[in-house]
Amino acid sequence: MSEKVLMKGNEAIAEAAIRCGCRHYFGYPITPQTEVAAYMAKRMPKIDGVFLQAESEIAAINMVIGVAATGKRVMTSSSSPGISLKAEGLSYLAGCDLPAFVVNVQRGGPGLGGIQPSQSDYFQATRGGGHGDYHMIVLAPDSVQEMASLTVKGFDLADKYRMTTMLLADGTMGQMMEPVSLEFDEPTVYEKPWAVTGTGCKREHNIVNSLFLKPEQLEEENLARYERYKLIEQNEAMWEEYMMDDADICIVAFGIAARVSKNAIVEARKKGIKVGLIRPITLWPFPKAPLAAAADKVKAFLSVELSMGQMIEDVELATRCKKPVHLCTRVGGMIMSPAEVLAKIEAIAKGDEA
Amino acid sequence: MSNTNRILIAGFGGQGLLFAGKFLAYKGLTEGRQVSWLPSYGPEMRGGTCNCSVILSDEPVGSPIIENPDILMVMNRPSLDKFEPTVEAGGYIFVDSALIDRKVEREDVKAFYIPATQMASDAGFPTLANMILVGKIIRETGAVSYEDLMAGLKKCVSARHQDLMDANFKAIDMGYRYEG
Repeated sequence: MSEKVLMKGNEAIAEAAIRCGCRHYFGYPITPQTEVAAYMAKRMPKIDGVFLQAESEIAAINMVIGVAATGKRVMTSSSSPGISLKAEGLSYLAGCDLPAFVVNVQRGGPGLGGIQPSQSDYFQATRGGGHGDYHMIVLAPDSVQEMASLTVKGFDLADKYRMTTMLLADGTMGQMMEPVSLEFDEPTVYEKPWAVTGTGCKREHNIVNSLFLKPEQLEEENLARYERYKLIEQNEAMWEEYMMDDADICIVAFGIAARVSKNAIVEARKKGIKVGLIRPITLWPFPKAPLAAAADKVKAFLSVELSMGQMIEDVELATRCKKPVHLCTRVGGMIMSPAEVLAKIEAIAKGDEA
Repeated sequence: MSNTNRILIAGFGGQGLLFAGKFLAYKGLTEGRQVSWLPSYGPEMRGGTCNCSVILSDEPVGSPIIENPDILMVMNRPSLDKFEPTVEAGGYIFVDSALIDRKVEREDVKAFYIPATQMASDAGFPTLANMILVGKIIRETGAVSYEDLMAGLKKCVSARHQDLMDANFKAIDMGYRYEG
């Protein structure tokens, strides 16, 4: 096993991206993800890479589109308000079928909001973010180790399916330090015959474009894209199950909310309440199968999230509302304590929660 | 949970609180423990109060957020006022008595008063009061071992500050030996 180092989550993202072959980073500073850019600014020039602080988030995402069109691994990172600015570019990336890696270290919203941790961009991330029919693959780390390993996974999935992968973290994940191992397998190299790399007068021009004025053709493009999405939904859902074997109550939580929930589960079990956790690691595709299976076994679900209740809709859909789904939430940069989650668990166990 | 230390370090920005926490986290890591380190990153770190939470555990660390520390180290009065009530019964409070003019009011915690800022200044390393307090924490709580301090320091003293390695060691040692 390789030596572990202590790193901030934001730095772990940057180092992992470099190690899996990303040599192009475009960004614009915003708390609480600025360490990603700072790390890239330090490292990229030393390894023949490109770090560029663009004039705005919109410029940065368009630079990402440009590099992605050449088939090179490329990324940008921001936090909630900055991601809204990038939304147009996310839609264009989808329309062009380009692989890209985008990080959102969420903070409280809406608007300029605050700078403390949040998960209230769940809808934006899992429903695409910009206009049009499309998805991004959305990965939700709950440790600094996953900030790194899901970055590597994210670049791979982006290349594999020619689409954007978003790493959806929060301020806590970005700012905290934990031990992390940065040894990864060699990245898979994907052929990119579509890339705009110069024909050398030896082949037809490649065209990367999202404009299709003939509706028949545009429909064709959309249908083909959704065939790929179907494969992703079948093959790429990831989740962790924690103490689910005998659980009567199933918590669903990701990121920092999952960490808090684990503490609450340990306390609840001391009191004899059988509660477990299904932690989605991919938010899109949402891990529907384990939730559907749990719906036949548990008595109730509890969605623990730092939003007014966004993921809860996916939990209800995945479980077909077979069992009641309760909500435990804090917003605006506040984080629920394990005691608050425990109180919800106890209320559900007693049958007080309607 | 007896094998878990939840350490909250609080004071003003610039007192080396985050570094003190980083040292404890790295030292814990070299001792094979599970660790997490979480800083406050709000506007408070730009001139106001600042803190960081360090968890050292024999189990995987759940939430990195500390509600009730069992070890509190404070380097300003507002931090003592704010966090004294949160310390777990039977826990420890380490006070820089050169900067804080009041005593701990609770009787169900163990309080230690170290004039760390004065001691650091007298010893010729005025920026290392933080590490004097860390030394005292090591002595009284055993949260990390006093053995092989350099293993922890080597990991967290940056290349730019290698010349401060010995001073850091001396500061920890000074706190460790401080009687009071």
